[in-house]
Amino acid sequence: MYGFIFRRLLSALPVVFIIAVIAFLLVHLAPGDPAVAIAGDGASDDQIAAIRRSLGLDQPLPVQFVTWLTSLVQGDFGTSMISRIPVSQLILQRTEPTVVLALYAMTITLLVAVPVGVLAAWKSGEWVDRLVLAMSVIGFSMPVFVIGYLLIGAFGTNLRWFAVQGYKSPGDGLIPFLYTMTLPAITLSTTYIALIARMTRASMIEILGEDFIRTARAKGLQERQVLFGHALRNAAVPIITVIGSGFAMMISGVVITESVFNIPGIGRLVVDAVLGRDYPLIQALIVLTGVLYVAINLLIDIAYAITDPRIRYS
Amino acid sequence: MSADIVSAAASTVLSVRDLSVTTASGAAVPILQGVSFDIRAGQTLCIVGESGSGKSVTSLATMGLLPKAELSVTGGAIFLDDENVLDASPARLRRLRASRMSMIFQEPMTALNPLMTVGRQVEEVLCYHTDLQAGERRARVIAALSEVHLPNPEDMALRYPHQLSGGQRQRVMIAMALALNPRLLIADEPTTALDVSTQRQILSLIKELQRKHETAVLFITHDMGVVTDIADNVVVMRKGRVVEHGPVANVIQAPTERYTRKLLGSIPSLVPPMPREIVSERLALEVAGLEKTFFPGGNPVRAVQDVSFKLGTGRILGIVGESGSGKSTVARCVMLLERPTAGSLVVAGSDVAGLSREALRMHRRRIQMVFQDPNRSLNPRRKIAQTMIEGPLNYGAPKAESLRKAAELLELVGLPAEALSRYPHQFSGGQRQRIAIARALMLDPEVIVADEAVSALDVSVQAQVIRLLKDIRERLGVALLFITHDLRVAAQICDDIIVMQRGVVVESNTCRAVLTQPAHTYTRDLIEAAPGRDLDQVSRRWESYVHDID
Repeated sequence: MYGFIFRRLLSALPVVFIIAVIAFLLVHLAPGDPAVAIAGDGASDDQIAAIRRSLGLDQPLPVQFVTWLTSLVQGDFGTSMISRIPVSQLILQRTEPTVVLALYAMTITLLVAVPVGVLAAWKSGEWVDRLVLAMSVIGFSMPVFVIGYLLIGAFGTNLRWFAVQGYKSPGDGLIPFLYTMTLPAITLSTTYIALIARMTRASMIEILGEDFIRTARAKGLQERQVLFGHALRNAAVPIITVIGSGFAMMISGVVITESVFNIPGIGRLVVDAVLGRDYPLIQALIVLTGVLYVAINLLIDIAYAITDPRIRYS
Repeated sequence: MSADIVSAAASTVLSVRDLSVTTASGAAVPILQGVSFDIRAGQTLCIVGESGSGKSVTSLATMGLLPKAELSVTGGAIFLDDENVLDASPARLRRLRASRMSMIFQEPMTALNPLMTVGRQVEEVLCYHTDLQAGERRARVIAALSEVHLPNPEDMALRYPHQLSGGQRQRVMIAMALALNPRLLIADEPTTALDVSTQRQILSLIKELQRKHETAVLFITHDMGVVTDIADNVVVMRKGRVVEHGPVANVIQAPTERYTRKLLGSIPSLVPPMPREIVSERLALEVAGLEKTFFPGGNPVRAVQDVSFKLGTGRILGIVGESGSGKSTVARCVMLLERPTAGSLVVAGSDVAGLSREALRMHRRRIQMVFQDPNRSLNPRRKIAQTMIEGPLNYGAPKAESLRKAAELLELVGLPAEALSRYPHQFSGGQRQRIAIARALMLDPEVIVADEAVSALDVSVQAQVIRLLKDIRERLGVALLFITHDLRVAAQICDDIIVMQRGVVVESNTCRAVLTQPAHTYTRDLIEAAPGRDLDQVSRRWESYVHDID
């Protein structure tokens, strides 16, 4: 197992390298000159040339790439062109809200989606199942900002059960955290609840038709044990895949939810960086997102091996 | 439920009285009608019948495991000792299962949870039905596994199902079923998926445990050979009704019903007919020094070693052997679905083993294949016409001509040309296998490879398909490579046989010579293990009933 993890980490290196190349080229091949952008309106050609020199933009591309990559490996992502703050510091500030929100949303997702999916599969074809299917279509097709504003309207401004915006870390105490973060977490989770509930249902229906389920019933086990003790684990592999990639998507792309609830997270940082053509920041975000996906895929593979003894990595 | 039902005598463990089952939704189509039988402690009752006879429904109804959305019991009673299980609450039924009645199934490969150690799966029965402590449970699990003669039970308990052989898994199933010493064991085709020698071991294990614990056994099978070997009493079922019922000696030796006679007459005899003359010296397929080595996880596994044979035009060559003998790998190599590691493969005079991809594409039409399971080998979303003409169209034949040919071939295999516009699900298993054969003939192949092509069929249908294959060989002169584990089928269809064991050919001769004067001990063991050795005379007596129409 450890050998497998080590080999997977090694084989991830080229992937990360390719992502770095793409991130680098993307910015340098895009139209527009960063030096002009930084210098602002009315700057003279000499000023622009000076900026270009100070940023190393006058060097040949390969040289620039090596310089950039070397500092990247040392954890130096450069300095933001807009705010003049080190990129790593910018990203670090924004990481906590996003990760906390994603974890909370994923917890809600799993607590709702998996039992609901199992129930729908167990009662396949009956009204409960049809209701779950209908709800999941709605959950999946409703735009996130609509859900967000509906929740704010109902539970924020009307009932006043929850805060309508802002961020509180779990470190600020459980009650303030739940008060502030519950509505954004629910908003973020609806799509994933719909997706994972359907996935669980489909996978469970397939497994419930297997012979060993009949064996489990013939042993006199209760339905609860049959469903959760025997069927769910066998149905888990596709569900784990969706959970993993869903989590990666939550962290890398929660722009709308963060905007609706005014949470200072990665999603809004991405938008700001792109709008401001903050090249070092954009590059760093692309590379880190790539690394995140590689890491989560590795975790998914490890989860497969833990779930299913037939999967042996050699 | 009728009022005149009386509970059975004391020594009777299971008494099924007038059981009726219908489909649950829509028009209530009768599935079982007035089925009655008794089983006493220590006795074995075999229910024998073809697919759709209702034999499995009977066993599932007894366990209370009928799919409620599809089937419902509409009348009768099932007494387990003195308790009518049809009146039992769901909770009571769960208590009865495993403790008073248990069940083992056909497919040991899929009947165990792949993600749980087998020891844990046996232990679950004890967890739910007893108050034993963890230590005692462990001891009971080890005892149960050693009672079914699994080697190193302590080690076995920690293994996952995929680490066991098919026979070992069925032993685990039996250990699990008998862990609480139930009064009744229901065995639904428990040996059908196993090799003959494994089958014999499992049957004798069931017998041994039955004697030891005085268990009543309800044994469901389609195999008359198994019936003669293990039954005390026999129930012959057909289309949801009991056709004939009595002690095994009576039913087998002196059947009174036409249907029973037909079933017995359909059993392929182990004694092959006199060999046919060789009509053509032409060779359709010549295999020499065939080797196939796989490298799972880096270690070489020699699946096929130095296999050589010649198959003449218009001949049928059987490859027989148990699972793991390499017979299917030979078939896949001949089809060039696997590239042989070494050896030559000459089809109608030209060596094809080293063909390029493009040349191979042109070659493929000369060897066609018929698979085991006709329910899965035809694309369910395509009409028969589409399935049949796809091959010729790929080779550039005009559509109209291909359709005409498809219609002709369907008639050759005994189906109306109208079948072209229907879908696979509109046909029975036997009809689908006929379609699969017609499809294989569409490209005028030199050789047809039939991999267990009649193994999934009921005996009466099997007899018809065997006759069809022989007839086609006669009329079209095509050569057949016939892969089978069933010596009875091989005896009836093959001209020549090669016997394979662990990747090597151990015997190769005419069919008659191999089966009547086997030279190798392995061949002798295989013949010895084939169930119902004394059925041949019975079968020959009722041969004429095979042609009975349903």
